[in-house]
Amino acid sequence: MTAPSAQLLGEIGLDPSWSHTVEVPSHDEKTHRWHYLDRPGLDDSAPTVLCLHGNPTWSYLWSRLLHELNAEFRVIAPDHLSMGYSEQVGARRYRDRVADIKDFVDALEISRPIWLVAQDWGGAIAMGYAVAHPEKVAGLVLSNTGIAVPEGRKAPRLIQISASGGLHRTITRNTALFVRGTAFLPGAGLTSQQRKGLVAPYMHRNQRDGIGGFVADVPFNDKHESFNDIAQVAAQLPNLNVPVRLWWGAKDPVFNDDFADDLIKRLSDVQIHRVANSGHLAVLETSIATFVENTISQSQSVNSQGVGANEITESLWSRIASPSRQNTLAIYDGADKSSVKFSDLDSRVASFAQGLIQQGVHSGDRVAVLVPPSIDLIALVYACWRIGAVTVIADRGLGIKGLGRAVKSSRVQHVVGVRAAVVAARTLRWAARATFIDLKSLRNSMQLEGLSQLALAEPVADDLAAILFTSGATGPAKGVRYTHGQLGAQRDILQAVYNITDPDSFVAAFAPFALFGPALGITTGLADMDVTSPATLTAQALDDACRATGATMVFASPAALANVLKTATTNLSSLKQVRLVMSAGAPVPIETLRQMTRLCPQAEMHTPYGMTEVLPVADLSLEQREAVGEGAGVCVGKPVNNCHVKIVAVDGGVTELPHGETGEVVVSAPWMSLGYNRLWLTQQKARFASEGLTWHRTGDVGHLDSDGNLWIEGRVVHMIHTAQGSVTPVPLETVCETISGVQRAAAVGIGEPGIQQIVMVLETDQKNENVASAALTVQVRQALGQVDVVAVWETKKLPVDIRHNSKIDRTALGQRMQKVLSGRSK
Amino acid sequence: MKVLVTGAGSLLLGGIAQQLAERGDHVVCFQRRTTETMHQNITMFAGDIRDRGSVTEAASGCDAIIHGAARVGVMGSWEEFHSTNVDGTSNILRAATEHQISRLVYVSTPSVAHVGDAIEGDIATPATTGRKRAYYAESKAQAEILALEANGADLGVVAIRPHLVWGPGDTQLVGRIVERARQGRLVMVGSGNALVDSSYIDNAMSAHIAALDAVTPGSPCAGKAYVISNGEPRTVNELMSRICEAAGVEFSPKHVPAVIARNLGSLVERVWPLFRKDEPPITRFVAEQLGTAHWFDQRPAQNDFNWKPTVSLDEGFVRLAQWFAQTA
Repeated sequence: MTAPSAQLLGEIGLDPSWSHTVEVPSHDEKTHRWHYLDRPGLDDSAPTVLCLHGNPTWSYLWSRLLHELNAEFRVIAPDHLSMGYSEQVGARRYRDRVADIKDFVDALEISRPIWLVAQDWGGAIAMGYAVAHPEKVAGLVLSNTGIAVPEGRKAPRLIQISASGGLHRTITRNTALFVRGTAFLPGAGLTSQQRKGLVAPYMHRNQRDGIGGFVADVPFNDKHESFNDIAQVAAQLPNLNVPVRLWWGAKDPVFNDDFADDLIKRLSDVQIHRVANSGHLAVLETSIATFVENTISQSQSVNSQGVGANEITESLWSRIASPSRQNTLAIYDGADKSSVKFSDLDSRVASFAQGLIQQGVHSGDRVAVLVPPSIDLIALVYACWRIGAVTVIADRGLGIKGLGRAVKSSRVQHVVGVRAAVVAARTLRWAARATFIDLKSLRNSMQLEGLSQLALAEPVADDLAAILFTSGATGPAKGVRYTHGQLGAQRDILQAVYNITDPDSFVAAFAPFALFGPALGITTGLADMDVTSPATLTAQALDDACRATGATMVFASPAALANVLKTATTNLSSLKQVRLVMSAGAPVPIETLRQMTRLCPQAEMHTPYGMTEVLPVADLSLEQREAVGEGAGVCVGKPVNNCHVKIVAVDGGVTELPHGETGEVVVSAPWMSLGYNRLWLTQQKARFASEGLTWHRTGDVGHLDSDGNLWIEGRVVHMIHTAQGSVTPVPLETVCETISGVQRAAAVGIGEPGIQQIVMVLETDQKNENVASAALTVQVRQALGQVDVVAVWETKKLPVDIRHNSKIDRTALGQRMQKVLSGRSK
Repeated sequence: MKVLVTGAGSLLLGGIAQQLAERGDHVVCFQRRTTETMHQNITMFAGDIRDRGSVTEAASGCDAIIHGAARVGVMGSWEEFHSTNVDGTSNILRAATEHQISRLVYVSTPSVAHVGDAIEGDIATPATTGRKRAYYAESKAQAEILALEANGADLGVVAIRPHLVWGPGDTQLVGRIVERARQGRLVMVGSGNALVDSSYIDNAMSAHIAALDAVTPGSPCAGKAYVISNGEPRTVNELMSRICEAAGVEFSPKHVPAVIARNLGSLVERVWPLFRKDEPPITRFVAEQLGTAHWFDQRPAQNDFNWKPTVSLDEGFVRLAQWFAQTA
């Protein structure tokens, strides 16, 4: 077959004008006919992106990139010889394939350095070309590929089977199993058009010679002809001086995370973006264009500098061993009514630390801590910190699936936990080759008196301490990296903002927050509750924990406080002693705080504002909130000391908008996290440098008022872009929530951005969800005045996230409303 | 400017003629049955749009044409629809050429491009042809294509497709809904939750006039079609109930599932003409119109001929209620 027909190209979504053939003089002294796709750039000076497919695919693999990549670039995607529609030349060795690319590049007379984008064995060929011709290569974007079988791992079993003896020909040539199977590998799934496109050149067995040859060229042992060639390329990778970016489908059973790690170890300028829901064909399943564009533009600018705190004022664990507090209660666990004094905690942390070392945990290792909130959890986390291990803290609030995805994405070397969790992690293959450490074994090895007995270097400020997870209210939870310096700075700012001193003690109904107790050197109480569901915190459980700890402070999510109020009785004497109630995680209804004041008459009610990536950003007391009054959105108070807040344009602006204007909230603080874990593209979009600081884009939209108060008006992704302009949801919602009978409101847009229409969805007592009554509709429209609300809908329950039970998924709600208002469903 | 307005017997075109006259334009109203002129700037011209001679004569001395004469409804043969709507438009185009008229507004309908799926924020898509029944939509579509093809260096042509026009005096939408509601025969297709655009009559008029003023040869709107509406889509339920409210009649429709309504509509369309001479109670087109979302991007009209609706839905319903109160 010489070239795909225009009809076929049209059917599989390729522009027929992109398809070309060229006679290429070869290093083997013959001339070979190549088929390639060529999408021209804006002009002749456009930088070239050269895409190399793997096996058993062809240049069609790049169809999305060809369509989606910015027209500033020229995109060329050849079919390797014996593959796709290029000449059948029989089996070809790795060495020849690398030389083939040079032949092809020379024939096309591409003079300026090229960006290589490659997948599967195309990646190995691209790396071979890059080390052989470094002057010709500007950088590489690699997806689900490899250069060597990673240490401690066997060759990908699927490939091994395909390459072994008799099966080899059956699978790769005589049947279309290999070709078709590739299109059905686990991942986000392909459209039927994409599947048709992938297999198009391989429908007859004589077209599949190249595929078999390709598989036969995978060297599984050092006797193989190509083994040395590939090994040499692998050995030269550390010398490669160009940026390499990895776009990694996490569900790939062949080139999995181990291969990514192997490449990361070998390369100097390398970053990874892991695509949780995608597989081997991530470049076709997902849109890679923005990633490629970012890679290219980033290589032309300086990398953003490190973030924030570069000194540790005091280590995170230093106060555990404070001599003055040895007999003070350190932690009380309401679930089993157990407790430890600081001296016991000191001993437990030290012993756990020693136990971890004995079981092979090294400084810098990542450790998943799968222990429910308890004294042991807190001790374990501090033990990891002490020895310089990185704790991966994912709470059950993410759900089992989310938890598994979080652990998997963190590439932990060790899993520590209670037996059930360790078994689950092992059976569900969250961390295939991690060591599993039973918490019991650590407890049994208790032997040290305290941390002072550990003769061990302490981690420094820039060392990674923890990976925490976002709530994942929209899409998979994201891992956020914190250094020791950043966590130390976070402790210091919390202490300063809330005047936390020795006599204080606190009860936390939100596990990650409880971890800060020992660092602050204060007594910490864990209330008896189901941690996966904040709304299970009862007033009695909270009061009990306060009594046991003599609590002066309480931290609980709004949903937890709501249940405390619901279950409140008259004899909650210990709550009366509390001086500070903090609630965060989602907007806190003012009524909740007012009612809490009745339970805790001495307490100031505070609502810190922040996110997993930076916390706290701002703080507001109930008193201040009442003084501020109503406004557009929810007031979250003034930025805390040393935290810079500015408002920029929502389309990725960096300069501050005029005062009072609405835009994206960006922040910078010494306690800001280092950034995301293995999500390079997300990181690039979320962080930017300006005015000598590194800023974090919060994804929240809001404004600063004339007193310097920050008002949050919703999420950038939930903005409604109407023909009359952009509207933020929260100001509309707060107005509707003043209408009697309306518990909660959500403003959503339907239609395409730019012409969206506004629909208000109200949570009321209405049993059947339906369009609101004419009277209520009129009330809503009158309350909102200037904006046009096309429809008002009533529902019993708005969709909210698991962890906080309060973040409304407006995107999903908008899609549902669009369906309802299309007339297609009720 | 001297403007030929065809089809001025209708509420929309009659109103347009009146407004043009009031602002000082000279208007020639081309109608089958002439009525008394309502303004000194209006000249009546009796004629049949199918008669090329009288069309050419009426257009003599005009600078612009608003062509709204059409056969509507579902009753009648294809030949009848074709001769009035398609041949009639050809006659208008010839007259425009003959008299070197440089502006033409073709009064079209959203049904020329309607395919039955939900439309949510689209712009006007090109008219399509090839319908088997639906003679009205088919003939209007063929005529719109003819008219827009005539757009060129000497003649600017724009097609305006007003979406669900209603207002005081409207017998088509308002009249039928109110009459059926009075008789307790009002039918709601599907859930009634489909979001639809509508046009208050004054806005529909001002859109045509704005298009007329803008459509010189080569202007941004020349050669294009626009769906115009109030830009305030509402559920079918809300629109119907507010019309009933304005008329002071009870709104308690019988619900008919959308799929049944469509099939019933098709059936009725075929069977009804065998027995009756009036318009049937439901047609497939109406069933689809009322059962699925239809709202449009209003930015092209604003950008290309600087038109925005001036009467809001709320204000429109107030005026409708006042009108019902006065005529009662």
